[in-house]
Amino acid sequence: MLTSTLLLSNQLPNLQYSSTSERFDDTWEAPLATLLGLGRAAGADFVEFFLERRNYISCLAEDDAITSISPSLATGAGVRVFRGKADCYVSTNNLTFSGLKAALEKGLSILGLQLPAPNAFIPEINLELLRDYATKRGKDGWLPLCSSIREMGEILLDGTAQLQRKASHVQSRRATYFRDWQEVLVAASDGTFARDIRLTQSVGFNLLCADGANRASIGERAGNTSDANFLRTWDYQQASEQISESAGKMLYADYVESGTYPIIMANHFGGVIFHEACGHLLETTQIERNTSPFADKKGEKIAHESLTAWDEGRADNAFGTIDMDDEGMPAQRTLLIEKGVLKNFLADRTGSWRTGHPRTGSGRRQNYTYAAASRMRNTYIATGEYSIDDLFSSIDKGIYCKKMGGGSVGATGQFNFGVDEAYLIENGKITKPLKGAILIGEATEIMNKISMCSQDLELAPGFCGSVSGSIYTTVGQPHIKVDSITVGGR
Amino acid sequence: MATINEIANYAKENAEKLGIKKFDIYGSTVDETSVQVDQGEPKQVKASNRSGVTVRVWNEDNTMGVTSTTDVDPKGLELALKTAYEASFFGVKENVPDFSPEATVPIDNTPHDKAAQAPVAELIEKLVVAEKELLSAHPAIKGVPYNGLAQRDIDRFYLNSEGAARIESHSIASVYLYSKTEEEGKKPRSAGAFRINRGVENLDINGCIQETADKTISHLNYEKIKTGKYLVVFSPEAFLSLLGAFSNLFNAQNILDNQSLSTPDDLGKQIASPMLSMADDALHPANIGAESFDGEGTPTRRISIIENGVLTSFLHSAGTAKRMNAQPTGNASIGAKVSVSPNFFHVFRSAEPEQELSLENAENVVLIDDLQALHAGVKALQGSFSLPFDGWLINKGVKTSIESATVAGDFLEVLKSIVCVEKEVELTPGGVCPRIWVNELSITGD
Repeated sequence: MLTSTLLLSNQLPNLQYSSTSERFDDTWEAPLATLLGLGRAAGADFVEFFLERRNYISCLAEDDAITSISPSLATGAGVRVFRGKADCYVSTNNLTFSGLKAALEKGLSILGLQLPAPNAFIPEINLELLRDYATKRGKDGWLPLCSSIREMGEILLDGTAQLQRKASHVQSRRATYFRDWQEVLVAASDGTFARDIRLTQSVGFNLLCADGANRASIGERAGNTSDANFLRTWDYQQASEQISESAGKMLYADYVESGTYPIIMANHFGGVIFHEACGHLLETTQIERNTSPFADKKGEKIAHESLTAWDEGRADNAFGTIDMDDEGMPAQRTLLIEKGVLKNFLADRTGSWRTGHPRTGSGRRQNYTYAAASRMRNTYIATGEYSIDDLFSSIDKGIYCKKMGGGSVGATGQFNFGVDEAYLIENGKITKPLKGAILIGEATEIMNKISMCSQDLELAPGFCGSVSGSIYTTVGQPHIKVDSITVGGR
Repeated sequence: MATINEIANYAKENAEKLGIKKFDIYGSTVDETSVQVDQGEPKQVKASNRSGVTVRVWNEDNTMGVTSTTDVDPKGLELALKTAYEASFFGVKENVPDFSPEATVPIDNTPHDKAAQAPVAELIEKLVVAEKELLSAHPAIKGVPYNGLAQRDIDRFYLNSEGAARIESHSIASVYLYSKTEEEGKKPRSAGAFRINRGVENLDINGCIQETADKTISHLNYEKIKTGKYLVVFSPEAFLSLLGAFSNLFNAQNILDNQSLSTPDDLGKQIASPMLSMADDALHPANIGAESFDGEGTPTRRISIIENGVLTSFLHSAGTAKRMNAQPTGNASIGAKVSVSPNFFHVFRSAEPEQELSLENAENVVLIDDLQALHAGVKALQGSFSLPFDGWLINKGVKTSIESATVAGDFLEVLKSIVCVEKEVELTPGGVCPRIWVNELSITGD
């Protein structure tokens, strides 16, 4: 263990650190403090280490058999080195002191920096006392409490059996589950030293029904962080009823007639409209690239006055919940839009440096192979003042988008997303099911067309892909009305 | 990372210690460097040296378990073998995956040579120049928000307890550029291009700059398109992305799982225009970084999937081949449930069209350059798609960019509605393909 800060660079090869291999704890303070000091002594403006250990398992039930149990174990680290405006990110599987030092050296050399001469003084970085969110919230005990392989199998098979009972014209049934346990440690040359454990789980159904040429495939998924009992409490009876009903209606649905319509988007996963049409464009990652039409609109009205939106790190056990982000900053609750006025952006450390917007605890990454970037967490449109009946009665002919699929947004703010389950609205009433709809629009235009929000906010789990990989996020909203939007179909 | 011999020895020693008699391992190491630039300055450089292996273990009851790990030292492999052994007691009891009968067949010309890695400073310099040239290509081009130049060395291996031992190495370099315009009173427009080669030295960066600039500029003058049915021309990349999205059509595992638009009886049926033929050809000369064996150690090869519009073969793993009385095709990935996926498409003309069609003289055709949001707009098990796209309305050679629109249809109908497969093929990241003309597709615009 290092006890003195008067370290000379030629002593580095002789250092014998022994950090705990079973968990990331404060035995990592000395080696990381030394490495951070080494990076600073070499001339880096800022250095950050991200250490990760992962224990993942997925389980697949098809019809009446478990066909895949896939455990995966991963350990790795990433070091990020900044010099001026440029930064370098190096990742490695080698978590020994020499392995981390080699990664640091590589990062330094890429930025044109060299390790100090043999007799140079290496200032040890004074890290803060370990902020240990895992210990504070009793997370170290989560993993053994999760469902065993046997239990996973039994629950999923019960689920697919329910699908067989509830649905008609079944061609195939699937139930999928994964549990992702992740331990992270962040140490940075500004003194950051923080540890956390995340437990993310997801379970869902995919149902394919076919009757002659009529086919309907539909999926439904639930997700959770922080609850080791999540799978045991999954209400697969209700989930199987919902998905069977949806598949039955969509099996014989007509294709949507393309055009421009007023639409009502249901709550729950309907929140993907805000995620794609606006949320991504409020990330400093987009502002840095000059790909956000909202970059210079802070304090200005960018949306209909009925719209207020939040992005928060903590929302009970929601899918995007984190206690700290992947840069060691405590997660915040961030007001994005208040009554149509843009209030805040989502910033990671780098985004904050490069754009001037304050950090919001939004630096996230899929794993150690990615540098953190500003990403959404639990993002939702707040409740409004209308009833669902108010929304429907305001539409003569339109579309009710009950179940949304995924979507994307491009560099110019043009977004799109698919609709898995839709219905025609005529004179304020739902009249028939429709399939094959995809919605497209411009972010700046659509935000002013979300004119009515109801009072039934619900959140839904999702997977979001961007520059720092695929991460767990939450979308959400009450029922909303969009005055007009282009609907692609046949 | 440990060498293949070290990993093999670690695995054998630990398997013996744990009483495991039957196992196999697939693994890879990647040594990668990539750069991004912003307004003439390096933005982010990434370097990564990572490894990972997947081990499969069969127990005394011949059920199988699997585990993936990034720890390839003796301790990590021991834990992985233990975990896989524990999982094996929950493995499937019917159609248990087994070693490929071809895992020990000799392979000619397994690649082992790597390109010399270029210094990071050279990568940055080349990309800065590329960005500068793009910005100067037209006054409206104000930024290149997405760009990257990367080089990657890959080593892969497969070994099993019956003596299979395969290893190969590749180098790949790639560049992508995506520029964006800003003009007073107009919407921003964007477009991009991509190039790949074995090393940075041979990478066609100038071609990438030119294609990005040409496409971006061609979108400056845009108009809405009227909703209706159009004769549509898919670019090679657009057609291959659609083909990839509906690859369950010829995926034997999907077919056996009832997750396909095909059934085992569909072999020999006419599913497309006689003008269309296609193969999955991992070893195609244009396939940079072609892999000579799959995740089960089966040698890759050319598989003819559609000949003159007739479905002729499915893609197989060792397990699906056994169940369907066929041969493995080199398309498997290792796993608890072995998955099957295409390697590299080769689509080509196999019959002359009734009329040779050309963008130079066609009237009111929609050229689709790039399909977007395939994850959201493709219903792979229903056969339908509804997708936003980048493209142009072309009238006698005059191109007008389409502001914002979607194309929708049924993929099986698309295959049958092909009215022309052009002669010349183009290289794309997913394969080689010519432009494909399809009649009467729904376009939603204004």
